[in-house]
Amino acid sequence: MTSKTTALPPGSFFDQQGKYKGILGWLTSTDHKRIGIMYLMCILVFFLVGVTLGGIMKLELLRPGAQYMDAQTYNGMFTVHGIIMIFMVVIPGLSAVFGNFFLPIMIGAKDVAFPRLNLFSWYLFLLGSTIAVLSQFGGNGPDTGWTFYAPYAINSKTNVSTAVLAAFVLGFSSILTGLNFIVTVHRMRAKGMTWFKMPLFPWSLYATAWIQVLATPIVGITLLMVIAERTLRIGFFDPSLGGDPILYQHLFWIYSHPAVYIMILPAMGAVTEIIPTFCQRKVFGYQAIVLSSLAIAGVGYLVWGHHMFTSGMSDFSRMAFSFLTFIVAIPSAIKVFNWIATMYKGSILIKTPFLYTISFIFQFMIGGLTGLTLGALATDIHVHDTYYVVAHFHYIVFGGMGFAFFAAIHYWFPKMFGRMYDEKLGTVAWAIVFSGFTLLYFPMFILGLRGMPRRYFDYLPEYSSGHFISSIGAFVLIIGIILMVYNLVKAARTGELAPANPWNGRTLEWKVASPPPLENFDHDVEVTEHPYDYE
Amino acid sequence: MFEGASNFAKGVDSVFLFIFAVSFFFLIGISAIMVWFVIRYNRKKHPKAVQMKDNMKLEITWTVIPFILVMLMFYYGYVAFEPMRNAPKDAIEVKVTGQMWSWSFEYDNGKISNELVLPAKKAVKLNLYSPDVIHGLYIPAFRIKQDVVPGKNNFMWFIPNYNGTYEILCSAYCGLRHSFMEAKIRVVSDEEYQKWLAEKSPEMLENAGLAVMQNNACTGCHSLDGSPLVGPSFKGLFGSKRIVIENGEEKTVVADSTYIKTSIMEPDKQVVKGFKPGMMRAYSTVIKDDDIKSIILYFEKQSKQPK
Repeated sequence: MTSKTTALPPGSFFDQQGKYKGILGWLTSTDHKRIGIMYLMCILVFFLVGVTLGGIMKLELLRPGAQYMDAQTYNGMFTVHGIIMIFMVVIPGLSAVFGNFFLPIMIGAKDVAFPRLNLFSWYLFLLGSTIAVLSQFGGNGPDTGWTFYAPYAINSKTNVSTAVLAAFVLGFSSILTGLNFIVTVHRMRAKGMTWFKMPLFPWSLYATAWIQVLATPIVGITLLMVIAERTLRIGFFDPSLGGDPILYQHLFWIYSHPAVYIMILPAMGAVTEIIPTFCQRKVFGYQAIVLSSLAIAGVGYLVWGHHMFTSGMSDFSRMAFSFLTFIVAIPSAIKVFNWIATMYKGSILIKTPFLYTISFIFQFMIGGLTGLTLGALATDIHVHDTYYVVAHFHYIVFGGMGFAFFAAIHYWFPKMFGRMYDEKLGTVAWAIVFSGFTLLYFPMFILGLRGMPRRYFDYLPEYSSGHFISSIGAFVLIIGIILMVYNLVKAARTGELAPANPWNGRTLEWKVASPPPLENFDHDVEVTEHPYDYE
Repeated sequence: MFEGASNFAKGVDSVFLFIFAVSFFFLIGISAIMVWFVIRYNRKKHPKAVQMKDNMKLEITWTVIPFILVMLMFYYGYVAFEPMRNAPKDAIEVKVTGQMWSWSFEYDNGKISNELVLPAKKAVKLNLYSPDVIHGLYIPAFRIKQDVVPGKNNFMWFIPNYNGTYEILCSAYCGLRHSFMEAKIRVVSDEEYQKWLAEKSPEMLENAGLAVMQNNACTGCHSLDGSPLVGPSFKGLFGSKRIVIENGEEKTVVADSTYIKTSIMEPDKQVVKGFKPGMMRAYSTVIKDDDIKSIILYFEKQSKQPK
């Protein structure tokens, strides 16, 4: 490679802002684009830590019996893997990174409604993450699983309180970001951008933000109750103190099920931007996509009980929650049909973002369709708390949200960093990531159907071939991820300069320079056309 | 998948089959269409996109059809589930205790066992009890599972169809030795069951102390064969010298009857060096004095046996 790198053009948000230079300039900046990139850096680091922990677990599970660690270490490891991946990677995920960077630009605004609050949210995120890391030191790291189920979590001698405090602080970061986005969407849209002229990624962020604001406080209070019960022995959840363990599960899932939609809605939104651009076609069924996002956000509140079909709640509740769970499947199905219909008679450019997008659709379908067996009562009883759930969950969260994140980072990379990544390397990395993913998670469906319970340090010999294949898949996946990250990091430093609109997109972010200038637009924006008008 | 080992297995499996069939149809169909579009409308072959108008009829179609299908899934799922909640009145009742980290089964006549022995073709109702944290009683072959929640009277019921041995696993994460919390169901003929129920196993009779320990999950953490688990092994316990930590100070004690009793009643008072305090709950209100005596008797007898 010729090591000649052209400098970025002047005038972008990468140029010095405010009075501080270098790293301090970033840490004090209220620019939504810089904050988006700071989230990206943190989330990348946490993601790689989470991947490493996952890899070590798969190494341990390669064969039955103890290989490299004892059961306590393993239990601590799946707990911290869950805490990092859920609270520090996928929940902030797309909305903190791409939401911060692109929401204001896509609606023609200079920044979010409350820029300083936005920076404060990032600091809260950093504080919460630091506390989560600290919970691993001094005594034993928590061993409860990321769900902190009572009464186990009430009486565990490990650092559960610290980990719970971390999730509490991270929750506030999420609430404030949601609040910021709601106000931004209501008050900051450009002249002429009516609600139904707003692009679909901002729409999905808007739906998500409402869940963040309304659902997160519940888990916040619940986590405080856990801390109070652990330290002051107030009996909320532990029956030996007079509490009710099922109450904990209700309160926990009232947030943590909608949290799945906090993860997946922005992912769907990003994919809904990529498909029209790469097909050069008006998105099919714009209104249906908007309404399905709102429907998912609304009905998604009312389905938490499907996590508790075996817990012993009343038979009527089981039936009602099963019914509502099937209702929420419909808007997701509608979105898939709309995506495919948008490809019809398009002019499809097959590049890395689009490859991640179609594998997202494929994996999201598997995740969604396997969710039907978990929503139906009779079948859920058999596969509840087994590897089937682990597979389903990773297909939605990693195969869905994760792959959409990968698609989005390749799609918006030229805009964010002003440089192009290596397309060939990107495609190779995609192929490895996709094969590794399938090899890692698909066998888990079979394991679960055959009765392999989750959170097992050791397993019966009849499950060993499934675990073996799955572990091989994990190593393939990790190689693919390393290659992908290497490609992007290299591109950010030395990639070729990117044009303002490399994919011929129609939304507003493609009408400003790459990377965008400090306040995004040098003039007031006025919108007249629909965001996906290709003619 | 298994054959119908319980009365529920067939119903559950047919719901699986229905949902999987619909799912495979849509997964393969939609994926094939997607791949076909990607190939057919590749920019090289199809450089200019054709803009399409929204089609209300199409959108209504693909909303209504999935809606009908998922309502069917909900219905079948409920119909196959509903009988699981209605145990027949004449079912054999067994009290199941799940505690960290073993199962024990108590029959009507007071017999306690670590293995669930049942007659084939008869309804059985398991009343689930946990003294500590949430466990999950899971019998994969029977397609049933129910959480064992402290403070709640959960139950499950089923009819085993065939003689044979099946696995019981713990499905709800319960801590350190969660993945080792297993037991077996042995389904036998009715005569064999009656015989088994009536007899006290000679080994148990002779080693009443061992039975007490197994029923209270002691052996889930303390092995009999010398391997250290969560706590020190019971092998060669009686009369041996133990290095313990008491009030932060190290000292050597002899494992006599007082020591054993103290270790059961107040486990954190003297903790054997190398093991963590706080792992074991105090059994002062759980195990009766007589039972502690028989435990001590058991250890004493073990120590006298020729090696």
